Order: sequence, then C-alpha cells, then structure tokens
Amino acid sequence: MQLIKDGAIIADEWTALADEDALPATGPVIVSLDRFKLEQNLLLARKDKLGIRLKSGEAPEQIKDFLDRLALVALEFPAYRNGRAFSYAYLLRERYGFKGELRAVGAVLRDQFNYLARVGFDAYEVRDNITPEIFKLSVSAFEHDYQPSADSKPAVLSLRQRRLAAQKAT
Amino acid sequence: MAQHSRKGAQFQAVTANRLLDGIVVYLTKNDDWSESLQDAEVAEGKEAADALLARGALFFEPKNLVIDVYLFEVEQTDAGIRASSVREIIRQAGPTVRKDLGKQAELDGVHA
Amino acid sequence: MYRYDEFDQQLVNERVAQFRDQVTRRLAGELSEDEFKMSRLMNGVYLQLHSYMLRIAIPYGTLSSRQVHKLADITRKYDKGYGHFTTRQNLQLNWPALKDIPDLLAELASVEMHCIQTSGNCIRNTTSDHHAGAAPDELEDPRVICEVIRQWSTFHPEFSFLPRKFKIAVSATEHDRAAIRVHDIGIQIVKNAAGEIGYEVWAGGGLGRTPIIGKKVGDFVPREDLLAFLESVLRVYNMFGRRDNLYKSRIKILVHEVGADEIRRQVAAEFKEVKARGTLQLPEEEVARIRKYFAPPEFETLSDDVPEINAAAAKDKGFADWLKSNISAHKQPGYTIVNISLKPVGLTPGDCSADQMDVVADIAEKYAFSEIRVAHEQNLCLAHVRRKDLYEVYTALKAADLGTPNIGLITDQIACPGLDYCNLANARSIAIAQRLSERFQDIEFQQKIGRLHLNTSGCINACGHHHVGHIGILGVDKKGVEYYQVTLGGAADETAAIGDIVGPAFTEGEIVDAIDTIVKIYLDLRQGDEIFIDTYRRVGVQPFKDKLYAAH
Ligand code: SF4
Repeated sequence: MQLIKDGAIIADEWTALADEDALPATGPVIVSLDRFKLEQNLLLARKDKLGIRLKSGEAPEQIKDFLDRLALVALEFPAYRNGRAFSYAYLLRERYGFKGELRAVGAVLRDQFNYLARVGFDAYEVRDNITPEIFKLSVSAFEHDYQPSADSKPAVLSLRQRRLAAQKAT
Repeated sequence: MAQHSRKGAQFQAVTANRLLDGIVVYLTKNDDWSESLQDAEVAEGKEAADALLARGALFFEPKNLVIDVYLFEVEQTDAGIRASSVREIIRQAGPTVRKDLGKQAELDGVHA
Repeated sequence: MYRYDEFDQQLVNERVAQFRDQVTRRLAGELSEDEFKMSRLMNGVYLQLHSYMLRIAIPYGTLSSRQVHKLADITRKYDKGYGHFTTRQNLQLNWPALKDIPDLLAELASVEMHCIQTSGNCIRNTTSDHHAGAAPDELEDPRVICEVIRQWSTFHPEFSFLPRKFKIAVSATEHDRAAIRVHDIGIQIVKNAAGEIGYEVWAGGGLGRTPIIGKKVGDFVPREDLLAFLESVLRVYNMFGRRDNLYKSRIKILVHEVGADEIRRQVAAEFKEVKARGTLQLPEEEVARIRKYFAPPEFETLSDDVPEINAAAAKDKGFADWLKSNISAHKQPGYTIVNISLKPVGLTPGDCSADQMDVVADIAEKYAFSEIRVAHEQNLCLAHVRRKDLYEVYTALKAADLGTPNIGLITDQIACPGLDYCNLANARSIAIAQRLSERFQDIEFQQKIGRLHLNTSGCINACGHHHVGHIGILGVDKKGVEYYQVTLGGAADETAAIGDIVGPAFTEGEIVDAIDTIVKIYLDLRQGDEIFIDTYRRVGVQPFKDKLYAAH
C-alpha cells in the first residue's frame, strides 16, 4: 500500500490506530468512530493532528460538529462496488465544509479516481502498482463534466451559460 | 463460479469464453481450446474433473486467454459428446431460434 | 432531435479513448478480469452465452435516419447483421468481439451515440413515450427533460456505484406508455392550477424478484428544481439502500422497508438542503436550448380526411388490418403515428436485420422527417407521417417484412433474450414467443381477442416485463429442465398492477396450450367488447385457475 496525495506519492505521516492499540503520546493518529466516541476528550486534548476513519455504514453527520478539530477524515470502501462513501465525501465537502484531508481507503480501482476526485477526495491509499501516471490518466480522462460536484471545475452547464453570455456580449 | 453440473455427475468437460471475442470454447487433451464440444477432454469422476478444471483455470489467470472457466456435465454417446443441460446444449450449438447462427451453422458434431 | 454541442461530443470521444485504453490493458493482461468487469459493465459490455453482448444507448428511444443507417452498418461490420431492440429502448448486439468494441464505439461516436451507462449499478438510459412530440394529449415533449436527465446522470461522480442499477422513465400524457410506475423513478409531467408545468415523481417501482408499484414522493416539482429533487432521491438511496443482498438492493426495497412516508420525509429534508445550495437549479436558458432541438417539424396544413386511404384499404385487406392496429392519433391534423411491428410470426420479438434498419431509415427520411423511435414494447415507430402517405409507407414496410398488423394484439409480445442468448436465463423466452405467435397467427382471431399484452421473461430478473403483462410468462429451471409459470392481470400503464400467479408452472410442451386455454376462457367470460384485462379485473383469477387446471 502507498499513499497518493494531490497526485503524488508521499510518505504517510499518519498512524492508523486499531481500536486495541495504545494511543501514542505524540504524532498524528487516525482512529475509528467508535474509539473517537469513547475517548473523545483524550483525543481532542492531544496537540497533534487527529483523523477519524468512517466505515461504510457510518454517515459523516455523526462527526459534523467536530470537523474543525479534525485534520483528516478517512472513508472506507469495503468493496469497489460499494459507492456509499461517494455521498459521504460529497456531504463532508459541500454541506459540512470540511477542509482537511479526505482520504479514500480500501477497495478502489484505477478507473475510479476520476469520480473520487470529483466528490472531494484528495488522498488515496492505493496498491503499489498504481503510479502517479496512472492516477493522472484516470483523473484527466474527461476535461469537462456535466454536473457540478465538490471539485472546483465548472460544470458544462455553467460553461454553456458563459458561452451564451459571451455570444450576447458580442 | 456458477454451478453447471449436478452433484455426483459422472462425466464432465471444461468450457470457457475466449477473451478476445467471447466465443465458447472447450479444453482439449492437449491443453488447447477448441470451438467444438467434440474436441473436449471428458473427465470421469470428481477427482479427474477437478484436475481438468485446475488445468483450464490457468488459461484464465495467469495465461489470460479465456474467461469464465467452469465444469459442466456431459454424456458420452455413440454420436459423440453431448451436453446434459439445456443451457450447455444451446452454448455448444447456438440460439435455438436462429439455426443459421453460431456453431450449428459452422461446425460438425453439434447436437440439439 | 437533440444534437451534440462541442461539450457532448468531446465527452463521448473521451469515453471512446478511455475504453480503448481499458481494453488494450485488459488484453495485455495489465488489468484483471475483475477490475475490467467494472469498466466494461459501465459501458454496456456483457459476457453472454455465445459471446460478448454490447448494449447501445438510444436515449429516450429517439434516432435519426443517419444513426439508424450507421447502426445497420455496424451490425454488418462487427456483428452478424442484426440487432435486438430492448424494453429499455436500447439496441443489443449479440456477437461483437471485445477487441473490436473500441472501433465500434468510435463509429457510434461519429453519429453522436454511445454505450455509456447501459449497464452497471448507475443511472441507466432514461426512457420515455415513443409517441413523444406527437401524442395529442401531451403536456410537453418529455424528451426535453429526458435529455436534461441524460446529461446530469452521465458519469455522475456520486451516483455511479449505487447499490444497484437505477432506471428512470418519463411520461407526458395521462395514458402512460412509458411504464413509469414500475421504474426506480417515474416522472409524470403535470400541469398545476396556474397552468405551470411541473413533475410528479414516483419512486420505488420495479419488477424482478420483488415486483412493486412505485409510490408518489413528489407531487409537483417545478422544472427548475427537478435535478435537485432527483439528486435528493438518489442521495438518500445511495446512503441508505441495502448493499448486503443483491435482491434487496433496488430502491423499491428501501422504500418498502422504511415506508413511503419516511422516504418522502427523508427526500424532502435532503431536497431542502440541495435546493438551498442552488448549484443544481436548472437555468431556463438551458431548457430552452434543448427544447429548440425538439421543436415540432414544419407540418403542412392538411385534413384528416384522406379518401385515397379508405379506397386502398377497401382493396388491400393487409393494409386495412394494419390501419386498424398500427396507427395512432397525432396532434396535427392530416398526420398520424405509424407503429412498426418487430413481431412477425415465428421470428424473434425485437430483432431487426441490418437491411430492415436501412429500409426504416430510408422510409423515415422520405416520409417522417428522418426520425425513428424505439418503443419499450420492442417495436419501432415513425412519429409524424402524413395520412396521405400511409399506403406508400405500408407498402414499403411490408416489402421488408415490417408490415405485421399486430400492434397491441396478442402476438405483439414482449420477450427477453432468455436462454437462447442470456447468461442469467433459466429458460428460453424467444422460442416460446415464437410458438405462441404461430399458434395465434390468424389475424382475425387476434382482432377478435382484442388488446392483450403477452410478456415473457427467461428468469426472475424480468427483462421481459412478465409481471406487468396482461398475461405474463416466467421461465424457471427445475433441475436443468425449462418450466413456465403464468401470471394474469398485470398492467404497465397508469392502471399499473402486478399479475397474479395462476398456479403451478407448465412444461415447455404445455405452455402454448395453457395460454390458448386462458384466451378461450376469457373469450367465454368476456362481456360486450371487454378486453382481456377488463374481464380479468371483473372476474379475478379463480375462473382461470379452475378451468386451466381442470383441463390438464
Ligand atoms: S429476464 Fe433473465 S433471461 Fe431474460 S434477459 Fe433478463 S436476465 Fe436474461
């Protein structure tokens, strides 16, 4: 496994804690929602960055009040066919305004990066055979998109509006 | 993988679809794949069948020549090898509603 | 009809390039079948019994003559010279080679066509009334909003990996020819007291293992909010739809399990948020842009009264029969809708040869503004034909074996590919449909029976819509042998109903006689000019049960 963030392979500074692992004194950690609920005060009192990992059935609404204290949210894909986290990601970005790292973990395929990036993911735990070139190929497969999502690209709808405005102006 | 043999089937052969064009093929004695059921190697008994399937599965991965490799039940008759289920009879012949298409139009030894 | 602008075209071209790359990687072994499967399934490529199958999208069933000529060419070049029109108004090719599909897609793209999202757990081709733009009682052309939905749903980043496939249908007339109540979402175009157009939204209908009629979840969604509303329904489904069991993953199960009221509440809450955000508000200019493409053709001022037609009908019995069943009323005087049957006696329902495609495209060019429609009943349709041209159109169709006068009659059957082609099938459906059409081929007898929808599916997936046939036949497998279960009383229109199982299944040898018996029972019981479904609704299943099984 390796981490792709903002299109490049980078070293992972985060420690993903299993529920039974002892909490290290320092360093950024990612914990499960269960653990966060149990040890909320302890975790929020640490100086280092905190991340929460949500399972496929755990809607982000449950953490929306803590988002400004979180530097990372990891969303699990138990199988590549399970697209629930696409909605979670969209909601985290667009409705709850989460600005930290949004990380996809679990089963994602190389031809899904385009969709993942559009709903707001910026980091991916991927298999070692995924290179930055492959990643780039996938996210740049389509120059424009029909519908608005959580990325900054203007949708075709607004491009058409612009074209119309330009035509009117001339 | 789909189940296409009765439990305790005596004779079985291995079939798959060719990766390039999807055409139905059968595993032969020489580890080739033939379009004709008549060329299929027939395994008797469970052990031989499992060994045949294992040989065939290699052509899915790693050899990457066929997909959807599985065992199915056949009968040995004087007229040759016959598939037992309606499904496999149709696969070795072609659509029953278009006799001009598929193996029934191209090969000898298919049966209805 | 709609024409691509540079954005539409670029997107489809990019898709061809992407799929070409995926196929290359697959054939080189860089991509495992498991990984590739997702990509090919998002692009309509299945593995069937004999070969791959490619499903070509025909958005809301509308095609130009140019496109139909191209489809004919493609079936000759890459397939075996024919195609199969489906109940989703799409076209299936039964024999393409995987290695050729990228080239095939490039040819489709050259006539503004594609296979995007014709399979996979995503939003599928939006279907509609094949009489769109011509039906007299239509509130607006439903294809305008279908095209809006097509674009919004294409590569939707959030809704491309749903729990299961998702089908949307739109109807703009009270008489529902698009079967909206048995879709994941059905949209009925309505008008409010103020005369404004809006959308009544139904959700959670569907066939398959658990057939359910949809529930109304939106009474009057204004046009500008339609996408926001659809997005709300889809988001609720994507977040809460079941993913643990293939047979419980359609939205119908979610609606059924949590209840229609709760779904309405959740959708309304989500809709409030989406609407407040405003990014999905549909600009009137965009609707106007699309609507321009669906403007009615330039009709001539003509009279409905065409004596030559009556004279021709008096001389040509085939033409007279055809006029009785294959013509529908048109909103413009002097014009009519011509329904082309793809159900000739003894052949495959929905199949059309390349030569026939060319003939239809030519006829459309000459007589019907170069436009062809696909009906979900697996027929074709010319939406705008001058009444005075009817005899010529009929003669040209008949010469290509496309003049079967049976639209709406018992031999106008829907049948899925079944075990003759389909990998999931339990039993053959086409073969049964053929034998039934042979049994009932006498056209006068068919006319005497009257309107009767006879639908056959080869397995519980119900692609042949058997649950909503007046008579439905479902193929089942009993230890490798084909059996057929019969349902009665289904309907797909505004009176949508799921058929009742009449009793134990019949063997392949018995099924045609069983249907024959059912028809005779109905003819005995019918009052006046009742059609089958009316009689059935009046008398119920019991008389059929009693006589059917007593006779066997
Ligand atoms: S109903 Fe079943 S047999 Fe028929 S096409 Fe669908 S999946 Fe295949």
